[in-house]
Amino acid sequence: MCLGIPGQLAELVPGTEGQLAVVDVAGVRRRVNIGLLEDEVLEVGDWVLIHVGFAMSKIDEAEAEVALASLHLLGQAYDEEVEALRASALGEEAAS
Amino acid sequence: MRFVDEYRDPAAARIVLEQIRRLVGDEHHTFMEVCGGHTHTIYRHGIEHVLPEAVELVHGPGCPVCVIPMGRVDDAIAVAEQPGVMFTSFGDMMRVPGGNGNLLEAKARGADVRFVYSPLDALRLAVEHPDREVVFFAVGFETTAPSTALTLLKARADGVTNFSVFSNHVTIVPPIKAILDSPDLRLDGFLGPGHVSTVVGNRPYRFVPEQYGKPVVTTGFEPLDILQGVQMLLAQRREGRCEVENQYSRIVRDEGNPRALAALAEVFELRPHFEWRGLGFIAQSALKLNSDFAAWDAELRFDVPGVRVADPKACQCGEVLKGVIKPWECKVFGTACTPQTPIGTCMVSSEGACAAYYNFGRLHREVSVSVGAGRPS
Repeated sequence: MCLGIPGQLAELVPGTEGQLAVVDVAGVRRRVNIGLLEDEVLEVGDWVLIHVGFAMSKIDEAEAEVALASLHLLGQAYDEEVEALRASALGEEAAS
Repeated sequence: MRFVDEYRDPAAARIVLEQIRRLVGDEHHTFMEVCGGHTHTIYRHGIEHVLPEAVELVHGPGCPVCVIPMGRVDDAIAVAEQPGVMFTSFGDMMRVPGGNGNLLEAKARGADVRFVYSPLDALRLAVEHPDREVVFFAVGFETTAPSTALTLLKARADGVTNFSVFSNHVTIVPPIKAILDSPDLRLDGFLGPGHVSTVVGNRPYRFVPEQYGKPVVTTGFEPLDILQGVQMLLAQRREGRCEVENQYSRIVRDEGNPRALAALAEVFELRPHFEWRGLGFIAQSALKLNSDFAAWDAELRFDVPGVRVADPKACQCGEVLKGVIKPWECKVFGTACTPQTPIGTCMVSSEGACAAYYNFGRLHREVSVSVGAGRPS
């Protein structure tokens, strides 16, 4: 839960008033809520740090890489978090 | 891996360590790392063993799973076992023991307990199961509380009425103050928490230098971040400064995330007091849903026993959480209490000091003791 996972913005989901984006996380595309970053300028290719399905901060590529490397060191805890993110229900229905 | 090397570069670490050695002087320095993520990095990379002996790091209360008292877990189980309830929780909380077992055991007894990645998943379960009462077990500091707030705002906007939140959200500043007021402990400064500060910013820590005369350096999670944080604390002491500094400025802004703070203010209010494991009751240290969201407040919608349960006698999580003892000084550490069969919360979460030490620190310590190496002279 405390792990922030870096993801790269792949597309903004239209019709959600800037609340949802598709983010590439560890090679898998997931929807995440970006409502907390409304004050930021977000573009495709930008990196964000994701906590429990919400992008909490915009980060740069260097920070994303460093954070990912640290997360990989966690081993099982990281695998479980990414698996949980993949299995998460933040899919089509959540967008409506 | 172009960038990782910058944060793991042994040459850079040696330079910072040399600066640290020059700054230490004849004094002993005791710094608390507030965040469980710091504790993890410190043990994982053996940082205790490269720092001069005069610099002592003690672990703070910044692991949200670790600070939940047993009575609240029992309350969660009581709600989960009510008819018609589908109880949802982050995975970290499933194995945290209460006085009456843990949520996994409640599930084995027949309660519908489900693990979710996000509060939004819990909300979606409510939409998919209109005949059930879906309750979300909300835990965490200001890092996760805004997510719960946004989920509640969405529940209200979408008119989802069979969803509620059992809030155990806590705030970071009151426990720091409680620790500063504690007679057990003499601290010389704080490595301030990283991720939670992306939300609250650096301003809330100003009372630490202003009222208690201790420096705070908000610090990141890489080994070099921790070393730089220590170096900055030492430099403040050596130069006679005492202020809040930001080592983690690549992520943390002084003003935090105003959008997240606004969401918190819209949904939550401070509880008059809340019990913390090991720290006792701390005034205005936790968040409950405000009256606008009463319809989504599980504590109002369900019968919550609210019984206070004392920690097991053998368990010394309280002392570990206050930094009074080190994990390995607890009587049951690594014997009766292991990550597989945790007695106390600090052994459950991977960010808990005991689990982090059990997994990594023990090795470093045994190695460095046995070969007499590690700590530079």
